Amino acid sequence: MPLIFVGGLIFGFGLGFSHMARPEVVLEFLQFTDFGLLFVMFGAAIVTGLAFAIVPRLRGRAPLTGDTYGRRLKSFDKNVLIGGSIFGVGWGLSGICPGAAYASLGIGNLTILWALAGMFVGAYLQGVWRSQQASAASMANAD
Amino acid sequence: MITESTIPLLTAELFPNGISRYAVGGLLVGLGAVVIYVGTGIAAGASTFLESTLSYVSDQSRFQRYRSSRDWRIVFTLGIIMGAMVYALTFQSGVLSSSLYQPGSTGEVFELGGFTFWLTDVQPWRLFLGGILVGIGTRIGKGCTSGHGVCGVGSASKTSIVGVMTFLAVAIGTAQIVVALGVSP
Repeated sequence: MPLIFVGGLIFGFGLGFSHMARPEVVLEFLQFTDFGLLFVMFGAAIVTGLAFAIVPRLRGRAPLTGDTYGRRLKSFDKNVLIGGSIFGVGWGLSGICPGAAYASLGIGNLTILWALAGMFVGAYLQGVWRSQQASAASMANAD
Repeated sequence: MITESTIPLLTAELFPNGISRYAVGGLLVGLGAVVIYVGTGIAAGASTFLESTLSYVSDQSRFQRYRSSRDWRIVFTLGIIMGAMVYALTFQSGVLSSSLYQPGSTGEVFELGGFTFWLTDVQPWRLFLGGILVGIGTRIGKGCTSGHGVCGVGSASKTSIVGVMTFLAVAIGTAQIVVALGVSP
């Protein structure tokens, strides 16, 4: 837990330092007036890419959890496209994404609470919907 | 005729705020994810926090799958908030400065206890409505800019690369439409 906190600290500091925690800067990127955000995303992905490639070769298991090192691989289905598109509309409208929104609160942006409230409402709505789907599916199987 | 000054000029147009603050910030974002990965084997994302935290207050079956990870996800999120606050108390407040750091001019700054904090000018309805869509979309789409964009792309995951291309393209289209409609800020 302390290590996850430290990781989060560095992560959040980076989001602040890069100004990605400011929705305006994200919108400037999406509107093609400042391409700097490319360096945030690719810079971060290069660092994780190197670690994900090298660390598993150096040691077998994570010291704190005993878990084996894996990559972040999620199965592909149409949800990735549907969800990605809905997220894209939200991101393009507001300039906020989850990590940057938490960081934005840390730099004093109280207005971002609107976005955080919205994200919880959205996550809750899809949760209720998918819970109903899941129980409908299990009912169908029981028949 | 192409002169030697063309390249810096082009750079100034594409990157009006320079690139160092973005590059350094991005490396730190990646480093934060790597610290967690090396210690725990977890390739972290930020959006699952929404659902895992809802499992404390809702017994919808969908949220229960995140019970086992909900505690550390709160710690991770608090870390992100505190890390950004450390940035606010140092570089944003001007207590520390670096040639790699370039302050920005968006939004509005305010002083609190001698330190500089910052507020967005983006209108609340955009943040709230956008937030709802982000909350729905990241959860259906299995990840956000950190899960898919940082850890997934770092894993060379095809799913994540397709996910990033999808939300990036749609977000660019949306942002262009919003600005074309004259919505500002």
